[in-house]
Amino acid sequence: MDRKRYDEEKRKYHETLAECGCQEIDFTTVSGAAVRPLYGPDDVEGLDYNEDLGFPGVYPFTRGVYPTMYRGRFWTQRQFSGFGTPKDTNRRYHYLLDHGQTGLSVAFDMPTIMGYDSDHERSEGEVGRCGVAIDSLRDMEILFDGIDLGAITTSMTINAPASILLAFYLCAGEKKGTPFEAMGGTIQNDILKEYIAQKSWIFPPEPSMRIITDILAFCADHVPRWNTISISGYHIREAGSTAVQELAFTLADGFAYVEAGIAAGLDVDRFAPRLSFFFNSHLDFFEEIAKYRAARRIWARRMKEKYGAKDERSLLLRFHTQTAGCTLTAQQPENNIVRTAFQALSAVLGGTQSLHTNSMDETLALPTEKAVRIALRTQQLIAHETGVVNTIDPLGGSWFVESLTDEMEEAAEAYFRKIDDLGGVVEAIDKGFFQREIQRSAYEYQKAIERGRKIMVGVNRFQLENEEIEIPLLRIDQEVERQQVEAVRGVRAGRDNDKAARQLELLRSAAEGTDNLMPVIVECARCYCTEGEIIDTLKSVFGEYKEPLFI
Amino acid sequence: MARTVRVLIAKPGLDGHDRGAKVVANALKDAGMEVIYTGLHQTPEMIAESAVQEDVDVVGLSILSGAHMTMFPRVMGLLKEKGAGDMVVFGGGIIPAEDVGELEKIGVARIFGPGTDTNDIIEFIRERFPAK
Repeated sequence: MDRKRYDEEKRKYHETLAECGCQEIDFTTVSGAAVRPLYGPDDVEGLDYNEDLGFPGVYPFTRGVYPTMYRGRFWTQRQFSGFGTPKDTNRRYHYLLDHGQTGLSVAFDMPTIMGYDSDHERSEGEVGRCGVAIDSLRDMEILFDGIDLGAITTSMTINAPASILLAFYLCAGEKKGTPFEAMGGTIQNDILKEYIAQKSWIFPPEPSMRIITDILAFCADHVPRWNTISISGYHIREAGSTAVQELAFTLADGFAYVEAGIAAGLDVDRFAPRLSFFFNSHLDFFEEIAKYRAARRIWARRMKEKYGAKDERSLLLRFHTQTAGCTLTAQQPENNIVRTAFQALSAVLGGTQSLHTNSMDETLALPTEKAVRIALRTQQLIAHETGVVNTIDPLGGSWFVESLTDEMEEAAEAYFRKIDDLGGVVEAIDKGFFQREIQRSAYEYQKAIERGRKIMVGVNRFQLENEEIEIPLLRIDQEVERQQVEAVRGVRAGRDNDKAARQLELLRSAAEGTDNLMPVIVECARCYCTEGEIIDTLKSVFGEYKEPLFI
Repeated sequence: MARTVRVLIAKPGLDGHDRGAKVVANALKDAGMEVIYTGLHQTPEMIAESAVQEDVDVVGLSILSGAHMTMFPRVMGLLKEKGAGDMVVFGGGIIPAEDVGELEKIGVARIFGPGTDTNDIIEFIRERFPAK
């Protein structure tokens, strides 16, 4: 290239730009990052293809974790789903599988998430409303009725009680003829981000990390196809963080788990290959793609250089993505179909391994069949009609995207230094660092919307007068709660109660000591101990977490 | 002499989504109101107790878990029992339009749904408790 001519043309171009002037709108990303009118080859001058990008499936994996990516295999279509009784949700799972979904994903109700049985007083009014109610192994068996757990993988969005739901799942599969080692899936099991963003904690951080390292060891030995943690940024972003905060805080949590595993005496390559990630796919199309690429590169580099991982699988940032619920509107909900499509596309262009697309009724209720079918079709349209899967990392080499990838990596590194200065992730959580950062970003964004600096179509522009909601909505009947209460009482009445009680006593001793809790919890599951009983036993030893309060 | 209006922002039930509650709390604070935030996982009893202890004028309940038809009536009932039935109660979160009418019948003054401008909430409170 004639560099002299380029520089001269660039100078003239920027003069022209200044003369033309630009619109009085905000040309920053949704996170507030500045974006230049134009990017060119001199913006990526320092970029070294082999060092900074690599080929797909080659360190540092910026272009993708696998050599073939979607040419070899599509991302898994995995719709997060659950409501009402296990039977209600089983019916929805069959519907989704019949319509082409390729992986399962369980949404649990608030009582299950917080460790309460359906008949606990704190569960009143909450059973089956945010997800499916699961009280025992019996419910898990009903949930997967007619589904071969050896032939499909399941992701379970469960954190503090993850060990228990994993035990229920494994036992349910075993009862149907699939041994533990043949089962594949994921538990979210990312307690650090609970304290930071999703807020569904039970125990304090220290015993929670012990449970997690127990799971890492147990699965390494007995359930090798299981992803033990889904290190999540989704919820951090939903709570209001910027893209850089999502990237940095998620990876920081990931490093904290690696350090915890190593501190627990595990060789890094024994558990790191089964760590997985979960990111948000938000409004700003290119910022999201850059975020995923930066994430892969940062993880690979640190795992190799700082944690000394030797197994290449330990370096791979494999991730699931969900399109951003917080960007969807109650106003003109059909627009959400379009928002979700754009967000799904950026996740695919960013190289996701698995994807959930939100339904248009996201802000109003849990999805109806039709709404979730459209969401699923959105993924199928991308996969089969758009042609974006024909080539790997199509945006690789884009001057804009590579610049943005570099900028995001740099900004994330600044956060890692800050977190280190604070004493690490757990210390920073204690000090309220992440929570305050997220809260400030959320508040600033709200102010930007209210001042009209950021546009929300249908909300602060292009509104409809006297809008009526015209789409059907899913309702959860109060009958669900009555049925679940009866069911869990039936399970308690119908089991060998001496055996169950003895098993809970064994669990208490194990919790007080240092033995791996998973085998004991699995036995509890087999005895039909309920989730609430297991959690209460653990609470009696570990105590309960109290959040630091500030606004 | 009118005192500064006192508002309790509360999260009833097991719902852990506090983004909206914190945004509203901060907006009201910036508008010059005294705001007390209860934190998460509050029972109706805890909320009513806090409202009375803190001697608030307004109670805002944030709930996204679908449990609103259990939580709101409980809180309203307990406030009445404790002699605080004249506190202004408003709500926000994920509450279907068809439930809003029911809640208004039991005395909830307003429900602010997704997409609400915080200035509307500030105005709603100011109409009832003018700034001094």
